[in-house]
Amino acid sequence: MTATGFIKDRLVPVGSILLVILIAWYFAAYSMNAPFQRDFDRRAGETRTSVEFLKKTMSQPKPTMPAPHQVATNLWKNTLTVKPWSKRSLVYHSWVTLSATLLGFAMGTALGVAIAIGIVHIPALDRSFLPWIIASQTIPILATAPMIIVLLAAIGVTGLLPKALISTYLSFFPVAVGMVKGLRSPDVLHLDLMRTYSANRMQTLWKLRIPASVPFFFTSMKVAIAASLIGAIVGELPTGAVAGIGSKLLAGSYYSQTVDIFAALIAGSIVAILLVTAVDVVGRFVNTRMGAKSQ
Amino acid sequence: MPETVISAQNLDLTFETNDGPVHALKDITLDIAEGEFVSLIGPSGCGKTTLLRVIADLETPTGGTVSVNGMTPDEARLARAYGYVFQQSALLPWRTIEENVALPLEVMGLDKATRNQRIVSNLELVNLTGFEKKFPWQLSGGMQQRASIARALAVEPAMLLMDEPFGALDEIVRDHLNEQLLKLWAKTKKTVVFVTHSIPEAVFLSTKIVVMSPRPGRIHEIIDCNLGTDRALDIRETPEFLRIAHQVREGLKAGHSYDE
Repeated sequence: MTATGFIKDRLVPVGSILLVILIAWYFAAYSMNAPFQRDFDRRAGETRTSVEFLKKTMSQPKPTMPAPHQVATNLWKNTLTVKPWSKRSLVYHSWVTLSATLLGFAMGTALGVAIAIGIVHIPALDRSFLPWIIASQTIPILATAPMIIVLLAAIGVTGLLPKALISTYLSFFPVAVGMVKGLRSPDVLHLDLMRTYSANRMQTLWKLRIPASVPFFFTSMKVAIAASLIGAIVGELPTGAVAGIGSKLLAGSYYSQTVDIFAALIAGSIVAILLVTAVDVVGRFVNTRMGAKSQ
Repeated sequence: MPETVISAQNLDLTFETNDGPVHALKDITLDIAEGEFVSLIGPSGCGKTTLLRVIADLETPTGGTVSVNGMTPDEARLARAYGYVFQQSALLPWRTIEENVALPLEVMGLDKATRNQRIVSNLELVNLTGFEKKFPWQLSGGMQQRASIARALAVEPAMLLMDEPFGALDEIVRDHLNEQLLKLWAKTKKTVVFVTHSIPEAVFLSTKIVVMSPRPGRIHEIIDCNLGTDRALDIRETPEFLRIAHQVREGLKAGHSYDE
């Protein structure tokens, strides 16, 4: 992509949306913080000009809705001005969440692929398993996560693994569903071809079904890794808020530190973008290696 | 007297569909001798592809018997007695040309040296040397089909089953490939069963033309056709060629192939 192409195709559209969001955000911050500020000023008996009043709504210590620049300052302070391994650093908390995310994602992907291979090859599983898998995802994770954490803690499993298991629970589903579709994607012609070679099921799986499912695999992994992150954050909420983005969210809500909450949310989004991008980049690389026309 | 390699006796095949049974093959009796080039010709729905698929054990007949190399089709398939060429090249898009040719060889469990040797010799046979590292989409339709023929030959089967292999190609490429196939056949002496709906193609290539007729699919007539081993494309203007082509057309007409 050329420099001008990048500006035209990426920077302008993404920048425009960002600008709209910022304007809406500032407007929301003003209108949500104004009642408190008005009330506060009335009690203190202060009268301010409109500009002064506007500035005040944007700089409350515990605003109902923090303004973007407050969040940005918080984010800056908690990432770049503190040591990354200190408890105050969002980098540290992001890393805690990220490690649970990655472990859960790896387990979820493996589980999803295994389930898909089973479903494609064993008719009984095909008929019996899919409804259960779908049902598993209709259970609200927010309700089950604390139970899983508490139950695992009761048998002495704490720390990374319980959180990762919640990630696994959320991430195996898109992989399983995507891979069932992917493993079934070879057309009859190719299956007939393998049959004329007297290929056994294992050979057909390795040489035909799995290569054919690769594009489906990466698409479903993009969904799965985002779900993994959500699972890890949700898993951190009931752990007594030790570390991680989830614990920052929880601590923020305990002490009404709305700026902290928003900063943690942004940190989480950045981690999500990085993860999805990483899967995408690997996917593109593999696709090119597998002979896809370069776009 | 050459040995009979494919023998079908009173073959019947009925497909059960949602709209009721479809009689795809009825009372097919056919013997094919070793080294013959047999074309199955007829309109769509006459069962020519189905017959080929029965020989290849891709369909199971509901009546009659068929033997391939003295075995059941199932045994013959497991013994890899034939190479099958489909109407589409059916190359795997994620494999390069040489990797595609290697596919059946990998399935057979051949070692790398044997695989490489067969890749080289068979790609040379279809004039694709130099295209080993290309992916299928980088090749023209005719080249893709040649690659799929190389892939079928790499198995070193006693016979080739070809299901309208050039049906999706344009006339000029088809003529060219017909010539190449004929040379290939003369060189390898393989038994070929060739499904087509083109009369010139059938007459040009075959030693025997099986004229089939539709609903139910059955053999109408078997026409001997041998224009000598050293024929070039211009043989198609000779009276002998035109006579056989006429005979095939008459056979198709009598078999109600031109009915609405």
